[in-house]
Amino acid sequence: MKKDTDNGTVSLGSIAWRRFRKNKLAMFGVVVIALLILMSVCAPVLTTYGRDDIDLYNIEAAPNSDHLLGTDELGRDVLTRLLYGGRVSLTVGLLASVFEIIIGVSVGAIAGFYGGKVDSLIMRITDVIMCFPFFVVAIALAAMIGPSMMNLIFIIAILEWTKIARIVRAEVLSIKERDFIQAARSMGLSKMEIIIKHVLPNTFASIMVFATLAIANGILTEAALSFLGLGVRPPQPSWGNMLSAAQSMRVLQYEWWMWIPQGFLVFITVISINFLGDGLRDALDPKLKI
Amino acid sequence: MTRYLIRRLAQSILILFCVTVIVFLFINLAPGDPYTQRLDPSVSAEVREEMLQKMGYYDPVPIKYFKWIRDVFRGDFGYSIKYKKPVWDVICERLPNTVLMGAGALILSTAIAIPAGKTSATKRNSVFDYMGTVLSFIGISIPAFFFGLLLIKWLSFDLKIFPISGMVTVGAGYQGWDFIKDVAWHLVLPTVVLALLQTATLMRYTRSSMLEVFDHDYIRTARAKGLSEAVVVNKHAFKNALIPIITVLSMQIPTIFSGAVLTETIFVWPGIGRLSYTAILDRDYPLIMALLLMTTVIILLSNLIADLLYAVIDPRIRYE
Repeated sequence: MKKDTDNGTVSLGSIAWRRFRKNKLAMFGVVVIALLILMSVCAPVLTTYGRDDIDLYNIEAAPNSDHLLGTDELGRDVLTRLLYGGRVSLTVGLLASVFEIIIGVSVGAIAGFYGGKVDSLIMRITDVIMCFPFFVVAIALAAMIGPSMMNLIFIIAILEWTKIARIVRAEVLSIKERDFIQAARSMGLSKMEIIIKHVLPNTFASIMVFATLAIANGILTEAALSFLGLGVRPPQPSWGNMLSAAQSMRVLQYEWWMWIPQGFLVFITVISINFLGDGLRDALDPKLKI
Repeated sequence: MTRYLIRRLAQSILILFCVTVIVFLFINLAPGDPYTQRLDPSVSAEVREEMLQKMGYYDPVPIKYFKWIRDVFRGDFGYSIKYKKPVWDVICERLPNTVLMGAGALILSTAIAIPAGKTSATKRNSVFDYMGTVLSFIGISIPAFFFGLLLIKWLSFDLKIFPISGMVTVGAGYQGWDFIKDVAWHLVLPTVVLALLQTATLMRYTRSSMLEVFDHDYIRTARAKGLSEAVVVNKHAFKNALIPIITVLSMQIPTIFSGAVLTETIFVWPGIGRLSYTAILDRDYPLIMALLLMTTVIILLSNLIADLLYAVIDPRIRYE
């Protein structure tokens, strides 16, 4: 066994990494995601067209040597918009996940650690949020505060933090009974210090796995809401709002390049992230129930 | 058990109360209001004032809330702005269509996912297990509406097997048996799309739940005393694996209502999912309030039923 530090111990991280590397699907996920991020970041280098360049002489052109994936209803290059759209879709997924975790982890840790009335109040709040039908409330909120990328991130985060809050709470409840927390208490550390330094690091595996799944979910939600016209607003392209072209029967039937590549990219991104998340769970802690 | 039931009911009622308050505030803080839109714009300013007074436009918010709740208890959800009909009538016209589609999806996904998950777990690491895992990953990763659009393009436009959208063939005027066949034909694609995500999730849960049970000592005991593998799997393992499966099944009900919004939109299916979407776009506030309230009640009830089912299925659970 390879030793990765000079004192001869093998860290948990390197054991996990070794297990992760063996998982072919997870490695496939990592490679695909890396490629997609690279492509959307390097969009200006990869294409000669501008994001919103309109070419009215070349409307809804089928894929050809100038436009590899054709043009849309305003003659904009579809491939170019797909690359730029990737930025939006990936950003929405990532930021929504970050905010969900910030809210969910702090609320869940407080509920689990303090217990009693604080706990039951917080848990009732999550009950209330969880019994709303997600999609109906999301479109109602989007219609109320207006469709935009930041609002979309806000909506996803505000409706989805409850899941991680519950997971973290349950873990904190069991961790806080363990001996090392008793030790920290008897050393006179403050509750905040105990939560941040001793409790939360032990929930790391769950949070990581949840984070990947939340990114996947965020991308799916972005696609769905933007498809309905309640997410990212054109001319800013996102995979979801480009897909809404398929609401026209003509596009759906004859102009595949305006919606199939978009949907395929959402699908391949989400499945890669899910493979990655699954690999992470198996590598970090196969008993996690997320 | 009775005490648990009462506590659980009380909890549900408390949640329901919070939900009504949130729904009410939500709608009342939204731009535009459900009052002025009900008035005929041609009436004079004084008549308008008087009517607004009468409708409670100037009441303080808590009074408005109690008036709304009182009306809801009487079964009066107000008047839909767009349809010019009582909200209750509008919902009753659409609800059966969604229930039809949702029940179809629930039956279809359970019928596929539970046997498939069971086989996956018993034949772990076989080709079947591997295929099942990859298929369920595809199911949870493909945007359901995109899957629906692909099916419409492929099966309806190109192969012309299924109708493109709607619930009945427009202008055909079928009666009796022909009508049922026509609806069933229209029902196939939306049901498959709605069932996709559920099948994938349910299959994964069934598989992992079964695998967990297989690790227990009593399974080894059952095998050791010479029971056939079928009996071990079906009687000993599956029964114990059912508990988490029930949780997932009860969580499917909210998913159906959420999923119905997009599925019904792309298939132009006249159910309450599409109704919610159009009501929100039309800012038909009384209708939105009633729909939100109704779906949350259904979700709360399904959670409650799941909790009670645990007690029936698992005698080890004793609610204190």
